[in-house]
Amino acid sequence: MLKRHPEPFLWLLFSAGGVAGALLIPIVLVLFALAFPLGWLPAPEYGRLSALVAHPLTRLALFVACALSLVHAGHRLRYTLYDGLQIQHLNEIIAIGCYGGALVGTIAAAYVLLTV
Amino acid sequence: MGEPFHYTDYHPQWLRPKMSTYWWLQRRSYVAFIAREVSSVFVAWAVAFLLMLVRAIGQGEEAYGQFLVWAATPLVLLVNVVSLVFIVFHAVTWFNLAPAALVVHVGGRKLPGFLIAASNYAAFVFASALIAWLLLG
Amino acid sequence: MSDRITLQVARYRPEKGSEPFVQSYDVPCPRDWVILDGLNYVKDRLDGTLSYRWSCRMGICGSCGMTVNGEPKLTCATFLSEYGEGPVRVEPLRNFPVIRDLIVDIGDFMRKLVRVKPWIVRDQERPLSDGEYRQTPQELDEFKQFSMCINCMLCYAACPIYGLDPRFIGPAAIALAQRYNLDSRDEGSDERLEILSEHEGIWGCTFVGECTKVCPKHVDPAGAIQRYKLTSALATMKSFFAPRGA
Repeated sequence: MLKRHPEPFLWLLFSAGGVAGALLIPIVLVLFALAFPLGWLPAPEYGRLSALVAHPLTRLALFVACALSLVHAGHRLRYTLYDGLQIQHLNEIIAIGCYGGALVGTIAAAYVLLTV
Repeated sequence: MGEPFHYTDYHPQWLRPKMSTYWWLQRRSYVAFIAREVSSVFVAWAVAFLLMLVRAIGQGEEAYGQFLVWAATPLVLLVNVVSLVFIVFHAVTWFNLAPAALVVHVGGRKLPGFLIAASNYAAFVFASALIAWLLLG
Repeated sequence: MSDRITLQVARYRPEKGSEPFVQSYDVPCPRDWVILDGLNYVKDRLDGTLSYRWSCRMGICGSCGMTVNGEPKLTCATFLSEYGEGPVRVEPLRNFPVIRDLIVDIGDFMRKLVRVKPWIVRDQERPLSDGEYRQTPQELDEFKQFSMCINCMLCYAACPIYGLDPRFIGPAAIALAQRYNLDSRDEGSDERLEILSEHEGIWGCTFVGECTKVCPKHVDPAGAIQRYKLTSALATMKSFFAPRGA
């Protein structure tokens, strides 16, 4: 029987997060980090934005996108630290730190999105 | 290596050069690779930024306005511009490399790689247009 | 374009001293000479103590891989004239222990290659009376690219992951496993999955892509690995959620 490794599962999450991040983050940053604050485009009025965010589908989509992106970031960072800094002997600590960080971020995302 | 060398008739001392800590600076392609991997940090920042935005929206109109003002301050702008550059780099490399993993067969033949990449870009344009429309339209 | 060029060759002679050193040789540079011709000139006329591997001199045996001006190359397939005035630095293949001069120990790769079972694995061989196994051009197309590997190990020399963690099974081994996994005659995917799903199997790869860049036979090991990551991850998920009859 195949020994159970977490790697395939983590890689699938990483890939999904990579796709989610690549598709969604650029436009969000362009709008909310540049266009609206700098006045290039009129910022959406509060009522409309609030209603949009409050919608359960939006919150679910945001949660999934954030969670996947965080796992993606944690996974990639883990391998970068492992390889880039040649600290393989700290493998367990790095893995716990990176995936743990992603988990903490995911919980924070859930909290924010549930209480908005 | 430091030890006195040890030579036997059947097994000479092998040379095992250790990889430098700065191995990733030694080739342009390695630097590009590490830059691509480091983009993950900026992905995490973008998620944090998005969650701060959502929280501000939840706290009321004034908080939302203040968030936009804060986002326009020089330091935050700088961080976000750098993040955007790295995230676009991530997106482009991701879409271009997707055909390596995603081999699609249609009617017994493999689809050419550029079609897979092109459909990724198309999805990107569609998703961006959808979000922009939801916010602005 | 001058008619002579300098080769700066890395030397390591453990019976004479434990430190490697560089020795320069001035060799002729006719237009059709490759690095290997230069090395053979050195060995024949200038310095018979220089040691290196080569065989077919036409890019099919995979013996003559070395690091030329920092790049992994087949010395029989790299022209001296590409390097202009020179000098040309010739060093042993990276990421392998150096036995002597330009000769590296390839035992690690050989052991890993055997572990991935690079042969047709079948539960039942068809009897000879049934004739040959037939394949359509499409079925051949599935794995043909990966069968072009000549085991030259330039990909291992280029792979930073292998350099950092020699336990990593490496590009060529995975590409060759894929060559058989994707062969319609083979039934051994499950057996290979066990070896390849370890952390130092395919999951050690972070898709740097250097292996594909340096491959002289356009095998695209990076593509083979990423493709296998997806198929094996999905297969593992399927077996996890639907173990019976999966």
